[in-house]
Amino acid sequence: MKCFTNSPGALNAEISMKQFITFVRKEFAHVLRDRKTLLILFGMPVMQILIFGFALTNEVKNSAIVVVDYAQDEASQKLISRIEASRYFEVSKSAADHNQIEESFKEGKVKLALIFPQNFYSDLMHQNKAQIQIITDATDPNTANTLANYVTAIIQDYQADLNQNASLPYRIIPETKMLYNPQLKSVHGFVPGVMALVLMLVCVMMTAVSIVREKEMGTMEILLVSPFKPLLVILSKAVPYLILSLINVASILCLSVFVLDLPVNGSLLLLFAESTLFIITCLTIGIFISVRTASQQVAMLISLMGMMLPTILFSGFMFPIENMPKVLQVITNIVPAKWYYIIVKSIMIKGLGFSAIWKETLILAGMTLFLLIVSLKNFKIRLA
Amino acid sequence: MYAVKLNNLTKVYGKDKTVAVDNVSLTVEKGELFGLIGPDGAGKTSIFRMLTTLLLPDGGSATVDGYDIVKDYPYIRSTVGYMPGKFSLYPDLTVEENLSFFATVFGTTIEENYHLIKDIYIQIEKFKHRRAGKLSGGMKQKLALCCALIHKPTVLFLDEPTTGVDPVSRKEFWEMLKRLKEQGITIMVSTPYMDEATLCDRIALIDQGKILSIETPENIIDSYPDKLYAVKAENMYALLKTISSYDRAADSYAFGEYAHVSFREAINEDVVKSYLQEKGLTGIELKPIHATIEDCFINLLRK
Amino acid sequence: MQDVVIKTDNLTKRFGDFVAANAITFEVYKGEIFGFLGANGAGKTTAMRMLCGLSKPSSGNATIAGYDVYRETEEIKKNIGYMSQKFSLYEDLTVLENIRFFGGIYGLTNNQLKTKSEELIERLGLESEAKKLVGSLPLGWKQKLSFSVAVLHEPKIVFLDEPTGGVDPVTRRQFWDLIYAAAENGVTIFVTTHYMDEAEYCNRISIMVDGKVEALDSPTQLKRNFNASSMDEVFYQLARGAKRGD
Repeated sequence: MKCFTNSPGALNAEISMKQFITFVRKEFAHVLRDRKTLLILFGMPVMQILIFGFALTNEVKNSAIVVVDYAQDEASQKLISRIEASRYFEVSKSAADHNQIEESFKEGKVKLALIFPQNFYSDLMHQNKAQIQIITDATDPNTANTLANYVTAIIQDYQADLNQNASLPYRIIPETKMLYNPQLKSVHGFVPGVMALVLMLVCVMMTAVSIVREKEMGTMEILLVSPFKPLLVILSKAVPYLILSLINVASILCLSVFVLDLPVNGSLLLLFAESTLFIITCLTIGIFISVRTASQQVAMLISLMGMMLPTILFSGFMFPIENMPKVLQVITNIVPAKWYYIIVKSIMIKGLGFSAIWKETLILAGMTLFLLIVSLKNFKIRLA
Repeated sequence: MYAVKLNNLTKVYGKDKTVAVDNVSLTVEKGELFGLIGPDGAGKTSIFRMLTTLLLPDGGSATVDGYDIVKDYPYIRSTVGYMPGKFSLYPDLTVEENLSFFATVFGTTIEENYHLIKDIYIQIEKFKHRRAGKLSGGMKQKLALCCALIHKPTVLFLDEPTTGVDPVSRKEFWEMLKRLKEQGITIMVSTPYMDEATLCDRIALIDQGKILSIETPENIIDSYPDKLYAVKAENMYALLKTISSYDRAADSYAFGEYAHVSFREAINEDVVKSYLQEKGLTGIELKPIHATIEDCFINLLRK
Repeated sequence: MQDVVIKTDNLTKRFGDFVAANAITFEVYKGEIFGFLGANGAGKTTAMRMLCGLSKPSSGNATIAGYDVYRETEEIKKNIGYMSQKFSLYEDLTVLENIRFFGGIYGLTNNQLKTKSEELIERLGLESEAKKLVGSLPLGWKQKLSFSVAVLHEPKIVFLDEPTGGVDPVTRRQFWDLIYAAAENGVTIFVTTHYMDEAEYCNRISIMVDGKVEALDSPTQLKRNFNASSMDEVFYQLARGAKRGD
């Protein structure tokens, strides 16, 4: 490239800028004129948010539960009949001991179990407090959490009734245990997850496909045989998708705040800055795929299988990383979406600042730099 | 200085070392209309891609406008015009958008070099708001040529611009090339259609990566070694079969409505005619003719 | 009286307002080499698709080998062979595998397949290439092989869509030798081409302009009618006035 700047056809910066803008404008024309691309670009995030937002946090009705009643006394019976009377639950069976609970869970129909200890009533009467154990199947964390909350509410209701004519307050202490997914990692985590997913899809796949398309059409040949710097071709492909992706981030956030009532607790500016970093990471991956592939189908397949799947599986968004085998846990570290997911969750849900996520940011930035170097090394200024 | 100069240029592909371009040497003068004539797979596209700096040669060297195709690729990229085999336009951009896009990419504007493309652009200007994907084959070809010309290239490389285009559009296209040549642009064009060869100043006949002959079309035709006859009969297939088994005929093949035949020795036309009549052929016609480029190509291939 | 194998009567195909093929009427006889010419976008491909039973006409009638293009498309497909410019064999299968595959599709028995494939390979002189991948063959050989496979099941009619594009002049003639031989055996050849010298090899030619068949006759008669010295001129006179492209 060095001799280029001295060549007779060398273009000054002004012309380069004009070329660049023309190219970016052309890229926008491609996107805006293709309905399918537009639909993927803007329809998909909306759809994903709505699917995850509504389908997964659906209200629970008539859920089957198992009751193990070691107490068999007045209080336990009353509480059970209250629970049964609610429209949320249906006692499917009463098990003799808690060993049967896990069996029922494995059958899949029962999502929650309630265990009354022996002396439930007498504990409550004499010590003014009694324990009750709630066990949920947390493989579907949203449902598990909802169910546990409902049961707790009913118990508190009962407790309040008891306390109405009592001198000393009675306390029933529910001890909730989430089976299979103890920390309920993904509750409300789907918005950061969807953001990671959508950005991955838009940036990686769209960039890769749009560069490879030029190779397929033969226009790349003409662009290479022109004074336009090959690197600028790639760069001007990336800019439109960076802008479109930021629009996507904004629209996802709007949906989650206004439609799903999930507020952004932390700094909006920080969130956008981190998103930009992640978008650049994805764009670099897309460019890398495009320099190594020759057909749109292959680029698409690699983007989907090689990028989407790991994002869904290993980012911690669908499946909690803590529960994975050690080997897979290690693998998750190389998935950029995992770090972005942690960052967004920290900012959006926990409301934390940069000091809490600088490590993740650094990892993500390091990945981007690495990918950028690899892409540039692989980038060819000729056809083969 | 030559506009294009190839010196033992060689290109080898793949693990099995297929030689696509085999020690090709040729020169193109400034302002010349040079044709690379040969069938698919002859190596035409590989030569063009090497000259336009898209491929690195595996042997030999070449210069375009005096610049080395390997060392000086940025110079070449900013001066040549190239129209690849496939029509390389953006189908979702309009005619005008395509043109102005390529103008900008080459650091110029439509207005600056409008005089160069005017003749051609006028023919498609009424469709300038139509998307390029919706144009006919001939129109696309014209637009692609405009895009390759817009930066006033010194050398224009056209890789099979007329393949798959109907005869009328082909004729128009060659007339455009003639006018461009008059404006001093060096043009190197490839084609599988032998009849287009006569429209070039000089041609290189090429097959399987090797040059068979480089000459003006007239000289190639004049150098045809044998006396050639055109023979016709009612039943063409029977005629061809009869002649191919005729021991005095050296070579024969169908050529349009005639069969072209060369003989081992000088013949008496009447003797041949009566031989054919004896074999049951009717409507026989026999006349000496001048060879065409296609005859020459066939002759060179059969050697 | 010659046997009519293709008969069309005001065959028309519309795409919305656009009349791609407009009231096409002609007959093609058994064993004839029929050249189907036209500028890009004149409607050749559309017409050919209807004749092959791949696309339903908007109006008009046509019978192919005696079968109706509306109702008996399955029968039509059994009785025709098709080969297009875009090479239609599998590049990643060997010559022999391709022959067996396409023969198998048309229901040839194993015995038939065996004798036929041996015969074919011998006729094309491909003995040493029989086990090579088709992708490694030169274009000309591929096209010859492709044609031979298209007539393997002894169809009544073969449709050839620009079969010789880009092929060298010697191979092009060898290809036409195959066509002549097939026609001698009573196979009807329906061929499109951009080479005007090839048009001369046909018994009769039709030239389509803007969806209509504007001329139909033998090459000699056409040249006489248009007072032209070559088919090139005839074509030019007719197609110059064409309004539309593809």
